[in-house]
Amino acid sequence: MRNIFLFIRRYSTFLLFILLQLFSIYLIVTYNKYHQSVFSNTANQYTGKINTQYNKIENYFNLKKTNDSLVKVNERLYNTLKQDFQLPDTASKIVVDSIRVDSLLKFRRYNYLQATVVANSVSNQNNYIAIGRGKNQQLKVGMGVIDASNGVVGIVSEVSDDFSVLISLLHKKDSRISSKLFKGGEIGTVTWNGNQPNILQLTGIPKSAKVAKGDSVVTSGYSTYFPKGIMVGIVTEVTSEKSTNNFAINIKSTADFYNLQYVYVIDNLQQAAINDLLNKAEKKSQ
Amino acid sequence: MSTLVKNSIRFILFILIQVFVLDNIHLHKLATPYLYLLFIIWLPFKMNRSWQLLIAFIFGFTLDAFRHSFGFHAAACVLMAYIRPYFINLLIPQQGIDSNYEEPSIKSMGGFTPYFIFISALTIIHHSWLFLLEAWQVGNSWYFLAKTFLSTAISLLLIIITELLFTRKQKFKTNTI
Repeated sequence: MRNIFLFIRRYSTFLLFILLQLFSIYLIVTYNKYHQSVFSNTANQYTGKINTQYNKIENYFNLKKTNDSLVKVNERLYNTLKQDFQLPDTASKIVVDSIRVDSLLKFRRYNYLQATVVANSVSNQNNYIAIGRGKNQQLKVGMGVIDASNGVVGIVSEVSDDFSVLISLLHKKDSRISSKLFKGGEIGTVTWNGNQPNILQLTGIPKSAKVAKGDSVVTSGYSTYFPKGIMVGIVTEVTSEKSTNNFAINIKSTADFYNLQYVYVIDNLQQAAINDLLNKAEKKSQ
Repeated sequence: MSTLVKNSIRFILFILIQVFVLDNIHLHKLATPYLYLLFIIWLPFKMNRSWQLLIAFIFGFTLDAFRHSFGFHAAACVLMAYIRPYFINLLIPQQGIDSNYEEPSIKSMGGFTPYFIFISALTIIHHSWLFLLEAWQVGNSWYFLAKTFLSTAISLLLIIITELLFTRKQKFKTNTI
């Protein structure tokens, strides 16, 4: 017994070193699985506050870019107005059904909530984005996030009272977005291999599909995070995988991860209902 | 200024500079400079080794909190703080110089060369451990090597510039009357 104490005393520094290393590696391995771990929530709140203060200054330098992107978004929205299209039948006219308007909320599927980016990174293998909107402002875990140019940015993975953290598309371990080719409609998955920010990988597209450089890749609408048809990126390189029947496709992301200022969080109002049904179906088959 | 106050101010300053200035630099989308490890290099000679490890852990953990990915920098900092005393013993020119000066610097290490070897060895160790943990496998080794050496070169350049710009006054303490 005495020898054990002597051993511990003699090698106390080394033991502490091993202990701290193991604890760090434990944190690395488990952090993503247990989102609501003890400190992440409070740390989130504190760093979020400091980041917000800094962001107030940084915003001034990006005002011009932000304005430009907002003008572009406005242009796109103006072009989708009903009054801009001429209807083929001259007798028809646009009628707003007053009964429908009253109960419009029932038919609404997606709700968009704006948020400011307070912290962002692109240099790691697993990148996170912090936004200044949280539980008190209707955010929940599992909401999709797009940027002002209508490109996919990530998915909310953690919420505290006033801040939330997203898993960015540039997250090697956990980022998987169900997407499809806009032209052909083949479904694949967008991931990131951790090498080059803004260049993502589209996997699962069979060799029978017609893919060319410059094709658009959009969200499939098969996940509950994003509506159908939101831009993910544009194909830049197509190579065929030798071992499988699939293409290896590189795409350039629509969202500019180097300059994120404002984002929109998509609240899918039917998410809970769909997930409940899926869970029920899974239980039945077991 | 007492050692505690001085090191507390350094702690905050290095974290803020790293998070808000240097993390936004991505040279060739590959290398990011890390200056914050200078805090651990500058810790006093005469400090309990267990305390050094604990402080390094807290320091790395604080940086991790800003990056929302816990463990990476904490692990790298702890490794660096553990290896630091061995290098000091190896590189210090004569017995007892570490009791004449308070912390490592060009003057107290007895010249530019030993000090440069000291900081470059610690920087390489820190960077390679950090990037190894981030990659989580030894697979893409060329990418890993390129990232480690580019980042180390840039970090070292920044550390030397900092060292030249902010000269620390080191008093020569002697116990002979």
